[in-house]
Amino acid sequence: MSGITVYPARSILTMNPARPRATHVAVREGRILGAGTLEELAGWGDYTLDDRFADKVLMPGFVEGHAHTSEGSLWRNTYLGWFDRMDPAGKTWSGLKTIDAVLDRLREAEAQLPADAPLSAWGLDPIYMDNQRVNRAQLDSVSATRPIGIIHASGHILNVNTKALELAGLMKPGINHPAIPLGSDGLPTGELKGPEVMTPVGPHVGFDRSMMDCDEQGLRDFARLCVRTGVTTVTDLASRLEPETVEMMLRVTGEDSYPARVVPLRFFLGLPPKELVAEVVRLKALATDRCRLGRIKVVADGSIQGFSARLKWPGYYNGAPNGLWYCAPEQMAEIYENALAAGIQVHTHTNGDQATELALDTLGPALLKHPRRDHRFTLQHCQLADTAQFRRMRTLGMCVNLFANHHFYWGDEHYRLTVGPERATRMNACRTALAEGVPLAIHSDAPVTPLGPLFTAWAAVNRITASGRVQGEHEHIAVDDALWAITMGAAYTLHLDGEVGSIETGKRADFAVLEEDPTKVDKMALKDVPVWGTVQGGRVFPASKL
Amino acid sequence: MTLPVTVIGGYLGAGKTTLVNHLLRHAEGRRLAVLVNEFGALPIDADLIEAQGDDLIAIAGGCVCCSFGSDLTAALMQMCALDPAPDHVLIESSGVAIPGAIMATAALLDGIRCDGIVVLADGGSVRRAFDDPYIGDTIARQLAQADIVLLNKADLAAPDLADWLASKAPGAAVVPCERGRVPVEAVLGLGPQLVPQGHFHHADALFDSLVITPQGDPATLARTLAEGGFGVVRAKGWMQGAQGMALIHTVGRQFSAEPAGADARAGVVCIGLKGQLDVEALRRLT
Repeated sequence: MSGITVYPARSILTMNPARPRATHVAVREGRILGAGTLEELAGWGDYTLDDRFADKVLMPGFVEGHAHTSEGSLWRNTYLGWFDRMDPAGKTWSGLKTIDAVLDRLREAEAQLPADAPLSAWGLDPIYMDNQRVNRAQLDSVSATRPIGIIHASGHILNVNTKALELAGLMKPGINHPAIPLGSDGLPTGELKGPEVMTPVGPHVGFDRSMMDCDEQGLRDFARLCVRTGVTTVTDLASRLEPETVEMMLRVTGEDSYPARVVPLRFFLGLPPKELVAEVVRLKALATDRCRLGRIKVVADGSIQGFSARLKWPGYYNGAPNGLWYCAPEQMAEIYENALAAGIQVHTHTNGDQATELALDTLGPALLKHPRRDHRFTLQHCQLADTAQFRRMRTLGMCVNLFANHHFYWGDEHYRLTVGPERATRMNACRTALAEGVPLAIHSDAPVTPLGPLFTAWAAVNRITASGRVQGEHEHIAVDDALWAITMGAAYTLHLDGEVGSIETGKRADFAVLEEDPTKVDKMALKDVPVWGTVQGGRVFPASKL
Repeated sequence: MTLPVTVIGGYLGAGKTTLVNHLLRHAEGRRLAVLVNEFGALPIDADLIEAQGDDLIAIAGGCVCCSFGSDLTAALMQMCALDPAPDHVLIESSGVAIPGAIMATAALLDGIRCDGIVVLADGGSVRRAFDDPYIGDTIARQLAQADIVLLNKADLAAPDLADWLASKAPGAAVVPCERGRVPVEAVLGLGPQLVPQGHFHHADALFDSLVITPQGDPATLARTLAEGGFGVVRAKGWMQGAQGMALIHTVGRQFSAEPAGADARAGVVCIGLKGQLDVEALRRLT
């Protein structure tokens, strides 16, 4: 018995330009023997014909190059977002369009909780409700005795009720903090606008872990979302990677039934640069096929909608002061230099164009000190980069992972408020990146926006904003380019393009199993192509059986 | 009893860690608790360390150090819960942090008194850094929030740098020093010991002090000392007010007045740079 399985499919999009389409794919030992016709594949020897995908369309398993496994943990709380969203169990929660609907869902959830549990919810985004703020009186109407906390979609604002403020010692007059708005009674309104004021209250409302770290159940639940969205390789883009987290991730991903390859990046804070790089070298040696340790994530600035991103002149459209650095230039240089010397890859969060400029200015001299070919240092988000910056990325050998989903969810805000029409129109410039020869991935940043590479591809292809406007036709990319970005493009940014990202001889048997051919549907329907499930390392994971 | 908190800010290389170690070496009986942001190597000189636990370093003289990472509030609560309690908390911020934001968060806790924001400026490089397109505005924000600007590496400074810093840090006291060597009472105020009497000189010949015994409203006096242009870097002491004895503090332009025990002895110590402390004008307040 050779152990060869051959899957016929309605069509197979291989992402192998030499053979873009096939009817059959042969799998052995979790890898692809080849894709082609049955006759061609028969030459490999005896096989079992498995026709369960005979009416499906196979693509390479999608690669999500910027997500956080903490989305898995968040789903244990009540979802309050504006948009419909699917949970790990496959249930789609309807989006809530009014504050009353938000309060109703909170009441339903509250009624099911044991007496001593806080009520924790997430995903609220008031920008879609004319920026109506939720206050503690409204939450008190849900419960005056149980602490309640709601994390906004941005992850940077927490709404709480009076009980939660009392438990945290903040229900008092005289507070003078820019992130804690006060009501006419001189007491906090219950809105806590920033991580530094969320942390004192978080533990009282069930958010005692940082958004960064996943727990065991969260890691399992996140993998179920991966199967439902066709993802077989997913990054956990900023983890503290404490020893117990590393042990847990290696153990859970190593289980026979774990359906995804996780690529956790070590968050840069907590260690001086030299020790950081040494730690990541150590972690890299622990890596397994399904837990690819050994990369660094640096965060240079904040977010554009939070006005904490660093912008070049002339700054924010509404006149807000420039944002914040989360990494000093000298610190970035030291990390880059040590990482290049040790052969460790660095992904850098840069939202504003000044942060992107700093990363470019820093990598150039670092490469002169420590020349390294094929470093593939990647700029993550990089939402405001201009054409000249994309040219510099190419020259320096960098990759970019643009935040295509953001354009849909917050594009209107950027147009109206943060960066103004001209720059909003060219944000997340996928076409420019491709035209200038920068290896391109696109991402969801789940849980900031939902995991779903086909949606992300749709967003990059159509550049529709939440209000329905097309914003920046010049930056449209073709469906084929978008499908490349969510497979080979993202794999390339992780140095995994030799292993995954296409269906061709020798690669991992990772497939997204689709009900329709994404190249044959209307490009506006790309996001609606149903996902049957995945094949990961030759193991079949139907979404219906999770 | 409230726990005074001082935030120590300033850009990378300005000398924050050197200052912290200097203060630990010259704590003069104060039990200092040092909170450091997690970026960076061990911030305490090895010879000062008595024991190193998982999250707390024990330092000679009953002082401690821990890192606060993303949860300053939890670290501060841990400091408040120490037995015996520390006399003063120093928060060393990261080089790109905005110290006012850190102080605002610290102030949320009950039992905390915001003692002041000390921002270090590198005498040799601060002006160049101020014009840097990347970090210039960060340094401007840091300076603008300072109550005391320590002009460190003063030997490298141009003659007009102190005046320039004063213009960028309105209301703050600008204190030149080298390698962070400043009298601990200028940065942290006098310790819990009794207030000395009269006009006295510091071991450090740069500083001058005066004890005054003013009358009137304590809060008004504290404000006057902070804003009156007397060259006062710090003032601390007790005075009789309408509601009884009050303890007043000023640091740069920060001031506070709080009720104190009736057994306190009246007297407010004003510390300033020699030649800048306006001894005559301060005496007229009495």
